[in-house]
Amino acid sequence: MARKEARDKVTGKARYVDDMRFPGMWYGTTVRSVDARGTITNIIFDDAIPWNEFTIVTAKDIPGKNCVALIAHDQPFLADKIVNHPEEPVVLLAHPDKGLLEEARRSVRIAVAPMNPIFTMDDSLRGTEIVWGRDNVFKSYVLEKGDPSSVWAVADFIVEGTYETGAQEQLYIEPNGVIAIARPDEPVTVWGSMQCPYYVQKALMALFELPSERIRVIQAETGGGFGGKEEYPSILAGHAALLAWKSGQPVKMIYDRAEDMAATTKRHPSRTKHRTAVTKDGKLQAMEIDFVIDGGAYTTLSPVVLSRGTIHAAGPYFCPHVRVRSRAVATNAPPHGAFRGFGAPQSIFALERHMNKVARAVGLTPEEFRRRNFIQPDQTTATGQVIRENVRLPQLLERALHLSDYHAKTESYSRENSRNRLRKGIGFAAFMHGAGFTGSGEQYLASVVELEAMPDGVVRILTANTEIGQGTNTILSQIAAEALGVSYEQIEIVRPDTSLVPNSGPTVASRTCMVVGKLIESAALELKKTLIAGGHLQEVYTPAEFAEACRKHIESFGPLKSQSQYQAPPGIHWDDAKYHGDAYGAYAWAVYVADLTVDLVTFEVQVKDFLALQEVGKVVHPVLAAGQIEGGVAQGIGYALYENVVWKNGRMSNGQMTNYIMPTTADVPSIRVFFEEQPYAYGPSGAKGIGELPMDGPAPAIVNAIENATGVSIDRIPVLPETLMEALASLETVSSRA
Amino acid sequence: MRDTVRKVEISFCVNGETKTVRAYPMARLLDVLREELGLTGTKEGCGEGECGACSVLLDHKLVNSCLVPVLQAQESEIKTIEGIAKGEQLHAVQEAFISCGGAQCGICTPGMVLAAISLLERIPQPNQADIRHGLAGNLCRCTGYTKIFEAVVQACRTIGLQA
Amino acid sequence: MRPRVSAYQLHAPDTLQAALALLEQERGTLQPLAGGTDLMVLWESGKLTHKKFLSIWKLPELKGIAVTPEHITLGALTTYTDVLEHPLLKSEFPLLCQAARETGGVATQNRGTLGGNIVNASPAADSPPALLVYDAKLELVSARGTRWVAYHGFHTGYKEMGLSKDELIRSIRLPRTDDRWRQGYRKVGTRKAQAISKVCFAGRAIVDGRRIQDIRIAFGSVAPIVLRCVETENALRSEPLGSSAMVAAKRTLAREITPIDDIRSTAAYRLKVAQNLLEEFLLTLQ
Repeated sequence: MARKEARDKVTGKARYVDDMRFPGMWYGTTVRSVDARGTITNIIFDDAIPWNEFTIVTAKDIPGKNCVALIAHDQPFLADKIVNHPEEPVVLLAHPDKGLLEEARRSVRIAVAPMNPIFTMDDSLRGTEIVWGRDNVFKSYVLEKGDPSSVWAVADFIVEGTYETGAQEQLYIEPNGVIAIARPDEPVTVWGSMQCPYYVQKALMALFELPSERIRVIQAETGGGFGGKEEYPSILAGHAALLAWKSGQPVKMIYDRAEDMAATTKRHPSRTKHRTAVTKDGKLQAMEIDFVIDGGAYTTLSPVVLSRGTIHAAGPYFCPHVRVRSRAVATNAPPHGAFRGFGAPQSIFALERHMNKVARAVGLTPEEFRRRNFIQPDQTTATGQVIRENVRLPQLLERALHLSDYHAKTESYSRENSRNRLRKGIGFAAFMHGAGFTGSGEQYLASVVELEAMPDGVVRILTANTEIGQGTNTILSQIAAEALGVSYEQIEIVRPDTSLVPNSGPTVASRTCMVVGKLIESAALELKKTLIAGGHLQEVYTPAEFAEACRKHIESFGPLKSQSQYQAPPGIHWDDAKYHGDAYGAYAWAVYVADLTVDLVTFEVQVKDFLALQEVGKVVHPVLAAGQIEGGVAQGIGYALYENVVWKNGRMSNGQMTNYIMPTTADVPSIRVFFEEQPYAYGPSGAKGIGELPMDGPAPAIVNAIENATGVSIDRIPVLPETLMEALASLETVSSRA
Repeated sequence: MRDTVRKVEISFCVNGETKTVRAYPMARLLDVLREELGLTGTKEGCGEGECGACSVLLDHKLVNSCLVPVLQAQESEIKTIEGIAKGEQLHAVQEAFISCGGAQCGICTPGMVLAAISLLERIPQPNQADIRHGLAGNLCRCTGYTKIFEAVVQACRTIGLQA
Repeated sequence: MRPRVSAYQLHAPDTLQAALALLEQERGTLQPLAGGTDLMVLWESGKLTHKKFLSIWKLPELKGIAVTPEHITLGALTTYTDVLEHPLLKSEFPLLCQAARETGGVATQNRGTLGGNIVNASPAADSPPALLVYDAKLELVSARGTRWVAYHGFHTGYKEMGLSKDELIRSIRLPRTDDRWRQGYRKVGTRKAQAISKVCFAGRAIVDGRRIQDIRIAFGSVAPIVLRCVETENALRSEPLGSSAMVAAKRTLAREITPIDDIRSTAAYRLKVAQNLLEEFLLTLQ
């Protein structure tokens, strides 16, 4: 079925926040710190601007708490006495004239007495300068299985490696934006481009010290999120709301691209150290992993990103002894945050590069090494979770290699390459991705959805889960329609508006279809039961009969609604203190293969063909599912080869689309997507979450393929041509010395 | 030469209708379309001519409206996404985007549809290389472009059958 | 970063004569504006100090492509799309067509002009290396009259050129060429489209037997200006094709270009790739 809002999107009728206007609306902007760290000594307003026409907001104006409610309470909405990163918001301005507003923004100077900033993970870990808490560490975990220390002395081979990933900008094509209205007799109302209206509501409640009934948050059509609009919109909404509240006017704040890139969250940079003990026939015996991520200046979501990265660090392999020690550390960069994959792309990059390294050390091909170590049903993961599903990774691998013609290509490439300046290479990555919140996270969320049937037989879905392009509206409508036995056209999605919809949790963690879809399915079945019990509907019916039954039921009994609340599947046990047990209810499993060329004239890497094979429980909507994989693979290719954040004193200095490079239509390979299905009992029709899965595989598959093409082992992404050139030169030096 | 800048009267034909606006000569065509004429289908993604979300057809040529001073559009013929469908009847490209899943979040879609239409007007039977080149100025972060290519091929077929 | 539009003048006279009169009158304070694909980006990011602009976009005297047996003359307002649609340019001046095809995307190609590209004077411009190896001449006009200059030598330093503040480029003239010339062009950008070049090569040569009879080489993005590599040409002219000529040429090139580290790439990369591109071209001649 066609996407619910497709027609509006292809005709330009879909209304995003910048398309909306309100009478008497003003514009807002943010004056930000230029310095990375220091105490604010003065705020200087240039005389040339008619400041009396402006509304000006600083930390002193905040009625409630100057603190963005998330995990820790360390990030202020507006810096008060100290700045901790470049681009930190200090002053807000509003005015009806956009042009004058921008001039005014450039006419405010934040004077800062500098303190020593730190910009690298190493400096943060060294602790010579403490920029956060007592030791710069936002969060740390230790995950233990067995006892790796008992193995080192008797290991046949010990292989070590260090792997690094850079920051990545989400680069949704629609920048962040909100409109806030704060009239005295109404709730403070915010319209915005966002993933999680209830996160925003929670943040505004603390900012204004108002109860939930007095804060209304409405998601506008949103032009991409990818995690970049998970927590950040709370800050922007707070800013716009403060200006609206102080000025008495509706205030629109839309970030321009440069501001969005420089000031908002990015994917956490990481460094992973692996130490692996393996037998001479290639069986993993022990893995010791040290995983560090750079959180930037404030906590935001770093503990959860760290958690997911930690749990995925040892991958889809069976290893009897595992120790993962992980830390999220503070630096004076703008805080890093959610981006599709959320810690897993980082630790999986390291793992899948390292597994190839270990394979080579013991003289096995990468594929044979995987076969000997893939986890099997009834074996335990690094967290001690027993794999109960019928996962068959060796067969998945074989199918992926077959679909990508891997063996023939490996052979012919190795034959042809020495005679060619255009080297060819093929490489793969095997991985899994847990869907939904970790451990007891979903229970903590206790998500609720509601369905309401109308007298004309239309059934309205009320959830807080947002359409951000991934297909929420379509998939939830489809699930409801199928469960109710009515037509897709009979289902309507109510715009996520906190005054109308229950809290079904955030639109993150690949949970919308799997967790919320399941709730929709249950609520639909519940609604059907109610109708039948009310006597107006038979067990078997047509959509028209359903509509008629709704009319009669509502006439007889009043509003026809059903609700469903999350229940944890039985048998899920997670120990948050020991980081042990059933981390996720379901894993999707995948093998991705990258086929590429390396041009020895220009050192450019071009992916020619990309094969993405995954087992996902059930493909609910083939076009949407493939669309998720294709889009995620393209982002993964960007992560591996193109997307480089250039840092200068803690600030992104290439914050323009001309200098931050994402792939165009001329760059993407053909992306071929295949699915397998092993239904997951607690997903709607058996579906598992897949939104983030495709982010994990491309980077390691590509870097493995580069090694296959050139012999050069690169342990850091992005692999820019400049980096590859240096690596090849070193390889030549080494081999010519040998 | 006067030093004070005044708004000027600019007439052009937008989606088949003559429009006259009063605007500052350096106002971006993008802003005049969106704010003076209420045609919000054309989007701003970057303000630097890189993403193509602001694409319109100016005298039948695809341009980035964020880089066109409105005075230069005097007496021009402009087509925006709002002018593509004929009432309820969608263009073959729009239909194909719907059926193939070429739109996800939709923010790049208006520009992408116009770029595809412009391509098909110049090259009615484009090959893969033509399609990639024709759309290279329109960035999409959601789809990985795969279903956009499929939509263009589908639209080609439909238009070919109608010819 | 939006500028306050109410503070900027844009004048659009109907004739070249009227435009030149304004330029003479306003000497230096009036910025000519054609398709805007460079200037509007700079203006929107607050990097242009001019408050007054002169739109030359519609001036008929600056448009059109004229062909004679000796020359092809391209009006300064020739867009990249105009270049791509002209059959003679495709057959005789393929390097210019390749450059046009790789400049931005279609939307940029519809509005960007050769004249604008030249006076924007970015060392990373895509067409200038092709214009240099085609021995282009520029027609410069002002209220004071017309003069012709060789494009080679027009750029005198980073964003500096032999153009007075009251002058406009009226046309670009290329002498007709013939199929004795073997031609090559390669742009290396940050991606395959919509990219600023990191290194850009244009070259053509006549090979007589096993010797290079005549050669032109130009590079973009490896010096403060787009560079005709005359020393490297001299090292190759009249040389027999082979590995010693190749080695000498690469060494000379390394002395002649001055690549830098910047936000897009490194000096080391640009140097190595420039040498590789030269080598790649020379190999096609063998």
